[in-house]
Amino acid sequence: MEKIKSVADLKKLKQQSALSRKSGDESSQQNAITIKVAMATCGIASGARETYDYFVQELKRQKINAIVSQTGCMSYCYAEPTVEITLPHEEPVVFGFVNTAKAQEIVDRYILHHEFVDGVIPASYKTV
Amino acid sequence: MTKTHIFVCGGIGCRAMESEQLRKNFQREILVRGLSDEVQVVTTGCFGFCEKGPLVKILPDQTFYVQVSPDDAAEIVSEHIIHQRKVERLLYIDPETRKRVTESKDMDFYKRQFRIALRNCGVIDPDNIEEYIARDGYSAIAKCLTEYTPEKVIDIVKKSGLRGRGGGGFPTGLKWEITRKSENSQKYVVCNADEGDPGAFMDRSILEGDPHSVIEAMAICGYCIGADKGLIYIRAEYPLAIKRLKRALQQAVDTGLLGRDILGTGFNFEIEIRYGAGAFVCGEETALIHSMEGCRGEPTFKPPFPSVEGYMGKPTNVNNVETFANIPVIINKGAEWFSAIGTEKSKGTKVFALAGKINNVGLIEVPMGTTLREIIYDIGGGIKDGKKFKAVQTGGPSGGCLSEKYLDTPIDYDNLIEAGSMMGSGGMIVLDENDCMVSIAKFYLGFTLDESCGKCAPCRIGNKRLYEKLDKITSGEGTMEDLVRLKSLSLVIKDTSLCGLGQSSPNPVLSTLTNFYDEYVAHVKEKKCPSKQCKDLINFTIIEDKCTGCTLCFRNCPVEAISGEKSKIHHIHQDKCIKCGLCYSKCKFEAILIE
Repeated sequence: MEKIKSVADLKKLKQQSALSRKSGDESSQQNAITIKVAMATCGIASGARETYDYFVQELKRQKINAIVSQTGCMSYCYAEPTVEITLPHEEPVVFGFVNTAKAQEIVDRYILHHEFVDGVIPASYKTV
Repeated sequence: MTKTHIFVCGGIGCRAMESEQLRKNFQREILVRGLSDEVQVVTTGCFGFCEKGPLVKILPDQTFYVQVSPDDAAEIVSEHIIHQRKVERLLYIDPETRKRVTESKDMDFYKRQFRIALRNCGVIDPDNIEEYIARDGYSAIAKCLTEYTPEKVIDIVKKSGLRGRGGGGFPTGLKWEITRKSENSQKYVVCNADEGDPGAFMDRSILEGDPHSVIEAMAICGYCIGADKGLIYIRAEYPLAIKRLKRALQQAVDTGLLGRDILGTGFNFEIEIRYGAGAFVCGEETALIHSMEGCRGEPTFKPPFPSVEGYMGKPTNVNNVETFANIPVIINKGAEWFSAIGTEKSKGTKVFALAGKINNVGLIEVPMGTTLREIIYDIGGGIKDGKKFKAVQTGGPSGGCLSEKYLDTPIDYDNLIEAGSMMGSGGMIVLDENDCMVSIAKFYLGFTLDESCGKCAPCRIGNKRLYEKLDKITSGEGTMEDLVRLKSLSLVIKDTSLCGLGQSSPNPVLSTLTNFYDEYVAHVKEKKCPSKQCKDLINFTIIEDKCTGCTLCFRNCPVEAISGEKSKIHHIHQDKCIKCGLCYSKCKFEAILIE
């Protein structure tokens, strides 16, 4: 990992990572679908790891350009496992109770055809 | 073209008000008008605004309709979807301005939660330092090291009004200042991650979801108090939190954000992890320090406070995980921004682990001053199975039970103490009409009894005697005199115990005695448990009129206490019955009576 030796280095790194995440450049990362799986202890206990593995394998099999990553608790304990999906140029959407069957439905309907499926969890919070 | 979506809330609260029928009506209306290709109806999870349910949100214009009845579906489709005109009468009326909310940018009124400590949880990959940096990570420490003196940073934290989130509520800035003023060549920053309250998991979630925020804040604290070493005391029963924390520490070291000459400013700081075995008392700061030193996890008398004489006899600043998680935001956004949130004496937000008999069990973060009613009915979606609210237990074994009359009390440190409970670390367990308050008090006391270190007599012996009294009451042998003794003994334990554990252990007893005295009296005088939970005070019998002789109870009874032939009335033999309640839960005809 590269050393961050000064405040300028830190700012540069921030800009680079922010750029690779948001800006309009048409690199393959820009058009990728991002999928975040809530994987705190409780999420994993409810099956988040199976859901994560399913997304990785299924999207690879269907050759869909997507980045699947783990994240911490999304705080919807009643609806674990929870998954946040961001389609290119769209707002992130959180789905609850995503077992592998639900994950399949999400891939088939939401990811491929932009159709919502039941179980969307509305963001009920504001953040800094 | 973009599809229009009609989101119908499928939270339990809205479901109870026919949101399922509403959804069906929307679907029929869309089918009839031939709009199936352009409009899709979706059932969602809880929006968290249950008092105004059923709720409907329309995308992409974000319009939010409240209290929508199934009959309104046709009007919304014809007006809003087809003619692009908002249905005025179903829009939310802002109680302050008395205006209808029509602009989508103002549609956030239902969002009662505000995330500061949880800002990155569920957003970033905790194993990737770059994602943390992308979200302003380590910019606060950079700002402190290059722009502010330690005194200035302490001043910001003081002015922000941040108080310790571990339970006590001591002003964080003041603690830092005292530790700074304690002169010594070696000082320590300690992060208390020994989360021990039953049902609380805020700190674990932060460490698992955003470990870098704690690391950054500890370095800021080190800069302020003049320490170059930090220690994180975490229970070994949090393996995933430890794993992510270790990886985060390694990344911080590898990038040079921890170690020597951080960001070229000459400031040195390193962090080590220390494991605890999960004793509740080790959340108490002096016991925690002894445990880290390799001694028994027992508290010692304060003063001297750790800020003067702590780890290895050196000045030590102990803060909790959630307290630290707030620090970088306070530095970046300023003291004024933070102190504008919350109540007069409690600033910012608080994370609660909402659990118990509530529909939306979850981790929530709300501004201080939010009422219990808002938390339980709006965010929590109300009580499970439509039952009646009875109490909410806050503060874990050190806290108390608040009854219905406190539903509208704004929650902050001082109001909770006044109501006979405390903030604690943020466990919040909701109880319904089926919970026996004497049993609840007994449960929490049983926990502290197990967890008492045994060093001082009031806690070791007093709590044992207190527990025996409660046991006597729940088995129907209590007297009114016992109730008096219960209270006086509780007060003695509170006054004379050495540490916070003993000083707060009678709180569940005292608060239930105050708020639910009738229930104690019922146990003592009538020998009855109003919630039908205390086994010694209830009997199971079969209602003859309702029994169909299906033999289900007979077949399920584990102790063969039920007799009867097929199609004939069954009987429960009281001498054999162990009151497990299995017959009650199995019976399909509600023929089992508990009295």
